Amino acid sequence: MSHAPLAAQFIADRPRATWHDQTLWFVRSKRDKAAQALPEWEELRECAAAIKAHTVAHLADYLEQFERAATNRGATVHWARDAAEHNEIVLRLLQQHQVRRLVKSKSMLTEECHLNPYLERHGIEVVDTDLGERIVQLAGEAPSHIVLPAIHKKKEDVGRIFHEHLGTAAGATDPNYLAEAARHHLRQKFLQADAGLTGVNFAVAETGGIVVCTNEGNADLGTSLPRVHIASMGIEKLIPRAQDLGVFVRLLARSATGQPITAYTSHFHGPRPGGELHLVLVDNGRTAILGNDEFRRSLNCIRCGACMNTCPVYRRSGGHSYQTSVPGPIGSILAPARDPQTHYDLPQACSLCGSCSDVCPVKIDLHHQLLSWRRELAQLGFLSASKRLGMQAMSFVFQRPGLYRTAGRVARWLVPKLPRALVYNRFNPWGRQRELPEFPRQSFREQLAARRRRGQSHER
Amino acid sequence: MSGKVAILEAIRKHRVPAAALPNLERSWLRFADPLAHFEGQVAAVGGRTVRVRNSAEVAHVLSTYSEFAQAKQVVSSIDGIASTFAQDAVTTPHDLEAVDWAVLPAQFGVAENGAVWVTDEQLKYRALYFIVQHLALVLPAREIVHNMHEAYARLALGTSSLGVFISGPSKTADIEQSLVIGAHGPRSLTLFLVED
Ligand code: SF4
Repeated sequence: MSHAPLAAQFIADRPRATWHDQTLWFVRSKRDKAAQALPEWEELRECAAAIKAHTVAHLADYLEQFERAATNRGATVHWARDAAEHNEIVLRLLQQHQVRRLVKSKSMLTEECHLNPYLERHGIEVVDTDLGERIVQLAGEAPSHIVLPAIHKKKEDVGRIFHEHLGTAAGATDPNYLAEAARHHLRQKFLQADAGLTGVNFAVAETGGIVVCTNEGNADLGTSLPRVHIASMGIEKLIPRAQDLGVFVRLLARSATGQPITAYTSHFHGPRPGGELHLVLVDNGRTAILGNDEFRRSLNCIRCGACMNTCPVYRRSGGHSYQTSVPGPIGSILAPARDPQTHYDLPQACSLCGSCSDVCPVKIDLHHQLLSWRRELAQLGFLSASKRLGMQAMSFVFQRPGLYRTAGRVARWLVPKLPRALVYNRFNPWGRQRELPEFPRQSFREQLAARRRRGQSHER
Repeated sequence: MSGKVAILEAIRKHRVPAAALPNLERSWLRFADPLAHFEGQVAAVGGRTVRVRNSAEVAHVLSTYSEFAQAKQVVSSIDGIASTFAQDAVTTPHDLEAVDWAVLPAQFGVAENGAVWVTDEQLKYRALYFIVQHLALVLPAREIVHNMHEAYARLALGTSSLGVFISGPSKTADIEQSLVIGAHGPRSLTLFLVED
């Protein structure tokens, strides 16, 4: 199913859709407060964009530098061209260490690679330990947001899921009680785990280290109890210098949730004594984006989620309507790059309001890229029949002034006389929530000509 | 190795416009009273600060906390605060699950966000920071930098296998955006600022 019908399903539940919209707007407001509290906010964004542009221009060199430095510190670096290779590498590592239970902290990349079902098929128990991710995992769903995975769930939903899976009291909805139950449940999972897998927020070429940011401390528990730590990262996570972290750490949490920094900002350099650290560097379509002048900047993304929180379409359609691991504005740019056939409709799920570009901490020109995608996808032939035919008809008329004038005259005369059912029907999705403006009796040209005739022209 | 070669080649075959790395030595945000700002930030992120003059005062203040008074297992590496749990005797980090309180040093704090920097250098198991029910960290009150740029400037990243900025206790807002303190890690964070 494409985005529009799924979005229609989402808004069919009015109160829930309104609640979803307001909750995300609340997060967006917190972000605004945090950003406004820093006089140098715009300067930080400029720096972040410049650092990313520089890194992407020298990405191969920085990747090699990173690999050398990380290896010197005792980590093992693996390279995966695509999702399948990534999953195979992770599985091989787990099998080598006879891992039966894996605890994971948040990693959008492993969502992108569909790692969990793959590992489960091979008999490995995978437990997502971020509370939001655990909620959706128990519910048998995918995250609907990259920072707030269970943002579409109400506490009543969580209460039901926990009652079924964790044995909490029926009907319980108190967040403190539910989170406490999850704490006990996941504590056991941490203690039983044979390996821990984390995502990566930033990788530093200069030092060969990785940085992982969480509020719950789940990445830290998951990597300090089991001996083996696997970290999966897209190759675009790299930054050149340790000092660059100053810029990105200041931007990330403020943009994501309005916090000045996450509760834990953990810097891993090599394995812990007696442990192992494996870094899996994944391409999976990123080098192709890197080669595209139009969309290269989408690689700047630090996955803060701010563009989702502010997006009027995302807030009212929910993350699942995008059917991608990364939804919202940035997801609508990344997904068609990977698979235009499946995701060609996403750049249309946008009002071009530009709010995403305004909040993006790394200054991705999101709405411009969405517009570019529309053109590109139309040229590739991915456009729904109604849009294609409509566009063709419009361009036919626009190229023929006489026909255009006649069509206008007929419409002004005819449309107001038509029965409602003929104007507002299923062939006019535009009119579903909107009324056409009142039709003037005369066109602009006719009005102008009449004015001139009456000698009231404002021209000299 | 083939994956590596293929990826690097795929990158190098694209011509990407050059861009300069920005100079980050700028006049970033500073505070008139960084210590006071730090204390305000720690409170805002759900932590607690206490100014003390010496470790005897740390011990005294801790004894006034009911969760500390009731604690059965305490690990301390601060002089004057007794450990009731022998950290060095355990042979797996999993055994630290039993620890109620840990009282450990932190190196410095960051005024803009209330974070403090800790590493696993002096610890047998790094899990201690995350697995205990309550965490207290002790640091010199004068060791407060203004912002994250100053923080990274004073770090030699990579000298320890783990270094963490900790800002407040473990928390989550994953259930309807309601803040819950004590997600997986410590349920409270107390920072003792030792003045000289
Ligand atoms: S595109 Fe920008 S705003 Fe959106 S998630 Fe990425 S960094 Fe954040």
